[in-house]
Amino acid sequence: MTVKTSPKIPAPKRKKMSDGKIIAALAAALVLLFLFSLCIGRYEIPLRQLPEIIMAWILGAPAGDAAETVVFYVRIPRILAAVMIGAALAVSGAAYQGLFRNPMVSPDILGASAGAGFGAALAILLSLGAWGIQTGAFLFSLAAVAITYLTAMAVSRKNDAVLTLVLVGIVISSLFSSLVSITKYAADTDDKLPAITFWLMGSLSSINAGDLKVMIIPLAAGAALIFLLRWKLNIISFGDEEARNMGVDVKKIRPLIIAAASLLTATAVSAGGMIGWVGLIIPHVARFLVGPNYKILLPVSFLCGSLFLLAIDNIARTAFTVEIPLGILTSLIGAPFFVYLMFRGRKSWV
Amino acid sequence: MTLETKNLACGYNGAIAAENISFRIESGQTLCLLGPNGAGKTTLLKTILGFIKPKRGDIFIDGKNINCLSAKKISQSIAYVPQIHTPPFPFSVLDVVTMGRNVHLGMFASPSKKDYALAEETLASLGVSFLRDRIYTEISGGERQMVLLARALTQQPQILAMDEPTLNLDFGNQTRVLNQIRRLAQRGIGIIMISHFPDHAFLLSGKAALMRKNGPFIFGNTDEVITEGNLKSAYGINVKITGINMDGGVCVKTCVPVIRE
Repeated sequence: MTVKTSPKIPAPKRKKMSDGKIIAALAAALVLLFLFSLCIGRYEIPLRQLPEIIMAWILGAPAGDAAETVVFYVRIPRILAAVMIGAALAVSGAAYQGLFRNPMVSPDILGASAGAGFGAALAILLSLGAWGIQTGAFLFSLAAVAITYLTAMAVSRKNDAVLTLVLVGIVISSLFSSLVSITKYAADTDDKLPAITFWLMGSLSSINAGDLKVMIIPLAAGAALIFLLRWKLNIISFGDEEARNMGVDVKKIRPLIIAAASLLTATAVSAGGMIGWVGLIIPHVARFLVGPNYKILLPVSFLCGSLFLLAIDNIARTAFTVEIPLGILTSLIGAPFFVYLMFRGRKSWV
Repeated sequence: MTLETKNLACGYNGAIAAENISFRIESGQTLCLLGPNGAGKTTLLKTILGFIKPKRGDIFIDGKNINCLSAKKISQSIAYVPQIHTPPFPFSVLDVVTMGRNVHLGMFASPSKKDYALAEETLASLGVSFLRDRIYTEISGGERQMVLLARALTQQPQILAMDEPTLNLDFGNQTRVLNQIRRLAQRGIGIIMISHFPDHAFLLSGKAALMRKNGPFIFGNTDEVITEGNLKSAYGINVKITGINMDGGVCVKTCVPVIRE
């Protein structure tokens, strides 16, 4: 017995390359872009000089060489930050898209960015310094997500937990945006207002090695948890009831993934400021490359996010004599790409 | 394997959608759940699946109260075949079917080659292996119903709970799905399905239950439940029931609604 079928066309040959090869290619591209990024900038370093500098550093040759300083104390921290932040935003975006069963969701859907923005603005207003700005952004980012989550749990009826979360997220984001406006309004127009505005546009220019050490722990913890649970995201995207019958305890896993993704977003935003669109579009690029199965989608999102933000940050720091804020570049590229997605989108995408 | 309810009452929040529901089915039996819109058929199905807590009464799987079973244990026994839907992401059919294996996997586990092989076997047993690499969101309704059925079967359940498995299917695909349900019952799987067509109960020739908004829950053999009188009281229309002799001397009953009187 067979089912009446739509015309029998052979299975679409989606996979020109195997999944493993795609990952290997992306990883290789990331290494190449990493090396290339070390060379470009105002202080140009010829590619052939790079092994020499690295060897000198490994062998502990006398410090003080300008090239070595540029590579190891300026560029490497910034490049690693771009790689980590890009990966964090892409992974948390992909996780949220599955969790909320909506491919148009971004990592700040629950108020993480708005909260971080307020935390940073407040710290700038109170002159708390760089460390204070990052801490403030991080704490308020997590606080905003926590408020969203707890409010949603309090008002939610049993069957629309996802919709309630998204709606409450919009409310809380809007609330924190107004708080940002208040701090801007109260800020000194000569120095603090520009500082707040600049922070909100996103930049990696002030990242140093110390920041990296602070970032790595929450990023690793958040990413590890999502990686462990990634296959379950496939099942969760079918809705709570079906997931429950397929043996996924959504009530237990959803808060875990929200916590992990919020940790990633909060860390990324507090270090780099508001960098929009990465978490929304990179999972789509990854889905285009390897399909929607989270088992492979998540590592590919990770690599694509790293590549994308590193490339964008290279443009930000080298294209003009003055740095271009990252958030502006990601929006300039992200917004048209979003429209492109809507054009080519499957019915359910919009 | 038995599934039994005793004086079950179910509903959402404060309201009770249906009450005094008692029935019992065994492996290999089919139960066709009929009744007008709003009679609580889906609510009952979801209560049996453990999605909603019963208002009163009890549900037993093999004599064990489901209150004492974990969600995972329940889903290893009863698999849910939802109404045809479109998930947000274009998963391949094989990925969708393999997801059913999750009831046998741990919290951080993902499916092995063996699980994928089992999913392929299930597709083959339903005669739809050719769907394997197709995209679930792009195939036809009848094909999607088969994929959801295959997904439920990879859970290796003893009972299937199907929410209108013939919804939005053309005449041919409806019949094919019913045929498949019969074959599954012959393989020893118990089946509860919601339908809007009393004829489906006759075609499956198992048990039937009729739910009415303000009347008692009627459960029994299809011939006893689907009568002109019961259908009139449930749906408020006049119905004639007649028998047709099929090849091989089998008589199948069918319902014909009376349009003009």
